[in-house]
Amino acid sequence: MIGRHKHCIALADYSREEILEVLDLAVSMKEVLRRPIKKVPSLRGRSIVNLFFEASTRTRSSFEIAAKTLSADLLNWTASASSVTKGETLIDTARNLEAMRPDVLVIRHAAGGAPRLVAEHVGCAVVSAGDGAHEHPSQGLLDCFTLREKLGTLEGKTVAIVGDISHSRVARSDLHSMPKLGAKMRLCGPPTMIPAGVEALGATVHYDLREAVEGADAIVMLRIQHERIGDPLIPGTREYSKFWGLNAKKAAEWLKPSCVILHPGPVNRGVELSPEVADGPHSVILDQVQNGVAVRMAILYLLAGGTESEAKA
Amino acid sequence: MSDVIFIEGGRVIDPASGVDGVRTVVLRDGRVAEVAERVERPRDARAVDARGRWVTPGFIDLHVHLREPGQEYKETVATGAAAAGAGGFTSVCAMPNTRPVNDNASGTALGLARAAQAGLARVYPVGAISKGSAGEELAEYGELQAAGCVALSDDGRPVMNAGLMRRALEYAKAFGLPLTVHEEDLHLVGKGVMHEGPVATRLGLKGIPAQAEEVMILRDLALLELTGGRLHVAHVSTRGSVRAIRDAKRRGLPVTAEVTPHHLALTDEDVAASGYGTDYKMNPPLRSADDVQACREALADGTIDAIATDHAPHSAVEKDLEFDAALNGIVGLETAFPVCLALVKQGHLGERRLVEALTRSPASAFGLPGGTLARGAPADVAILDPAAEWVVDPGRLRSKSRNTPWKGKRLAGRCTHTIVNGRIVYEEGRSER
Ligand SMILES: [Zn+2]
Repeated sequence: MIGRHKHCIALADYSREEILEVLDLAVSMKEVLRRPIKKVPSLRGRSIVNLFFEASTRTRSSFEIAAKTLSADLLNWTASASSVTKGETLIDTARNLEAMRPDVLVIRHAAGGAPRLVAEHVGCAVVSAGDGAHEHPSQGLLDCFTLREKLGTLEGKTVAIVGDISHSRVARSDLHSMPKLGAKMRLCGPPTMIPAGVEALGATVHYDLREAVEGADAIVMLRIQHERIGDPLIPGTREYSKFWGLNAKKAAEWLKPSCVILHPGPVNRGVELSPEVADGPHSVILDQVQNGVAVRMAILYLLAGGTESEAKA
Repeated sequence: MSDVIFIEGGRVIDPASGVDGVRTVVLRDGRVAEVAERVERPRDARAVDARGRWVTPGFIDLHVHLREPGQEYKETVATGAAAAGAGGFTSVCAMPNTRPVNDNASGTALGLARAAQAGLARVYPVGAISKGSAGEELAEYGELQAAGCVALSDDGRPVMNAGLMRRALEYAKAFGLPLTVHEEDLHLVGKGVMHEGPVATRLGLKGIPAQAEEVMILRDLALLELTGGRLHVAHVSTRGSVRAIRDAKRRGLPVTAEVTPHHLALTDEDVAASGYGTDYKMNPPLRSADDVQACREALADGTIDAIATDHAPHSAVEKDLEFDAALNGIVGLETAFPVCLALVKQGHLGERRLVEALTRSPASAFGLPGGTLARGAPADVAILDPAAEWVVDPGRLRSKSRNTPWKGKRLAGRCTHTIVNGRIVYEEGRSER
């Protein structure tokens, strides 16, 4: 359990305390990752299934390393190739996997709301590894973790999220978590990429990159998709990078020296970030990768192990 | 040549600064230095006697086709800018439907370079809404603006895809650029060649219903409500369009509109009266007398902000044809003032409102400099003789093309001087090129 929650599907449902529970535990998990022997027996005998309906080597591997570091058994189930093509429904697939009695089902799906639907039909804990443009809670938590680590706190800090906000589950999970830790949020991108009514989530909207990043303590740069067939949001990546991409010159002129730059990866080098910035002093992108494992360890531990379920066992 | 111009004795009409009366105007170093009842004439000044004339801010036309690059046989930036000067226009916005379409920085730069060489009217390029005006992908508005574009349009090719139009309105918001839209639903237009109604029926010509324009305006006003942004409706021509714009403005939507002199002055009956005259074929088509009446009222009450000519030069090869085959459009820069002045004389429009619709209103619609004679404003001035009568001789027009329905007609009102940036670029009776 994470606070009241049996699942980790949407940070929108999580309170400040529940978020902090994960983040605090992730600090100890990160310690484990720094040891020479990176393995603890905390989840021995527990099983975790990675059920990915969308390809994502990064996120899947991160959950996989997290599970293995905690000594859990792990099954990777790539759904696109097998069951789905045979016409099996999402609920059928989830129930079949449940018959294997996993403790946690990690699910990635292109449709927003899919993990919630699965959670209603299975008995085990469900962790969303990203659903459509809804949420990517472990990414939101690892972004918070990275910011706490780099900035000390999010209290009173200003975070700018730049890019295709409308299609971004990362942006939504950041928006549902960072303000609960005291951060002020700015959203920036071409107006075509700013979803309707997003100000209601407690953020200011900026079309001008400079306005959004000047004075910010952190910037989350989102990956830009080259083409969205049938609904062109930008004329091309060239103009995008000119107006909404960060290069060394803009970073030098506009950013606070202490400002950190995050990116959920993989970076489109030369589009949203120039290589000098992606690899430069502001970038904490590689820290995010390691922190992602620590945060996912904390999530899996709390949902599959934790003191409560251990008592039941 | 002197840097100071001293215009005395004229009736200064400058709605932007609320002046209407006999004043002296002093222009110095490309700016308006003074507008006052009594001014000492500076020793080095070049004096212009404006007694009996109107002295107004230089006219601003939001909608012209200069045809360069690609169709220089119809018009060039230089001949178009000369036509502008002869009509009292000091600024013109050049539509992007050249060949190639102006959808990038180099097309925009070419137009500006040609205009600079000509040294006549100011030319403001309008960039394309979609790449190649093909209605599929957004053009690079940031690049177009940086190169000098002041607005965006796929004029002549309406954006039929509502999804793209939505994105265009949204994307343009990042740069604060207005979209100036040519509104016609091509499915409703079909093969139509003139306004649908009794006249088209009588002539046996295929009609274009007023609704072809109205449904698109209603669509775009709905999209404007969804997206925000800035919408400017080009060449409004029907009562239903006027009603839609009036309603949108009442609701506070950021929309502006323009009307052409020909849609204020002519009706579909003129197509019949001219005997299938192709100088009466334009797009939108000349409408019914009732539509014309609605446009006049809308211009008078400000529902329609500006008068724009839709100056559309075509060669004889494209006009001396059967009505169905002729291209749409007429030249308008050199006849706009007298044609609209006639509306004043007929009581449809006040004098000050006429000047406002040619100066301040278009300037504010696109955020252009000028449109006023306030101190410090650009020294762009038109001096007009409202009483001068003349017969339109297409051979004497500065435009390269002669496609005007006022051919051989006697008009009253004529520009006598046009001053751009403190330089006299047109003077009546001076050498015509
Ligand atoms: Zn048009």
